[in-house]
Amino acid sequence: MTRAVALVRGPVSYVWIALVAFTLLSWWVGGDHGIASVRIAGAVVLVVAFVKLRFVGLYFMELRDAPRPLRTAFESWCVGVCALLVVMSLVML
Amino acid sequence: MTAAPERARPTEPVSRFPGEAGLWVFVLGDMCAFTVFFTTFLVERRDRHAAFSAAHTALDPGLGLANTLLLLTGSLFVAAGLGAHRRGGSGAPSAFGLAALCGAAFVVDKVVEYTDLITSGHTPYSETFFATFFVFTGIHLLHVLIALVVLAVMARAAGRTPARPTDARMIASGAVYWHMVDLLWLVLFCLYYLMG
Repeated sequence: MTRAVALVRGPVSYVWIALVAFTLLSWWVGGDHGIASVRIAGAVVLVVAFVKLRFVGLYFMELRDAPRPLRTAFESWCVGVCALLVVMSLVML
Repeated sequence: MTAAPERARPTEPVSRFPGEAGLWVFVLGDMCAFTVFFTTFLVERRDRHAAFSAAHTALDPGLGLANTLLLLTGSLFVAAGLGAHRRGGSGAPSAFGLAALCGAAFVVDKVVEYTDLITSGHTPYSETFFATFFVFTGIHLLHVLIALVVLAVMARAAGRTPARPTDARMIASGAVYWHMVDLLWLVLFCLYYLMG
């Protein structure tokens, strides 16, 4: 256990803590605890999910330091798909 | 006697592409394929909203949450292992092994969930919600199984002495693949477990 903690000590562990915190937040919102409107709650958990995706991409996949076209492709996918799913979840219900 | 300083292993070539550049064609392609799954789910949800809401309650959100935390923790170990390998430390094989444990626990969790659903009568033929659930999460589960093999290869390469020139690039590519598997699950978790 101590060895495992020593292994993960460093900046990546802060990213992991943020990802876990966002996961618990979205679980709380999605679990009928936070927002009364199903549409709004759905949109909020989707946005939180894509914030987490961006964290995974930039910090775990190391796209923060990647060539600009690759980072742009990833970030465009995040923004585009998040917007598409949020609009679909709001309009198509 | 003083400890010998850690000797950095050969790192990836100068290009700052994480892993193999060609791998990113597959990664971005797979992300686009899953985008079709995500939109298909929302279109079907619009057409059968009452049935989808009822079916959604059959899923155990605790299992979904556990699976999400397992994959995120696996990602933490993969990122830590990649860093340890680059620094020439000895912890990389252990870190990849711990990530594989997280992946294996994810597979067990999924099998338990599938079994519970099927024994409760929620099969791919019972409702469109479950048809999409079994197909999309099943394809994702296949990605996790491949990732377990990739992690085993990464752990072996990370422990190899002397390291081969291709090891660093291969380990970085494996890490990118694992994180893609994690990333795709984050959206599936949101759609199936959190959006009623």
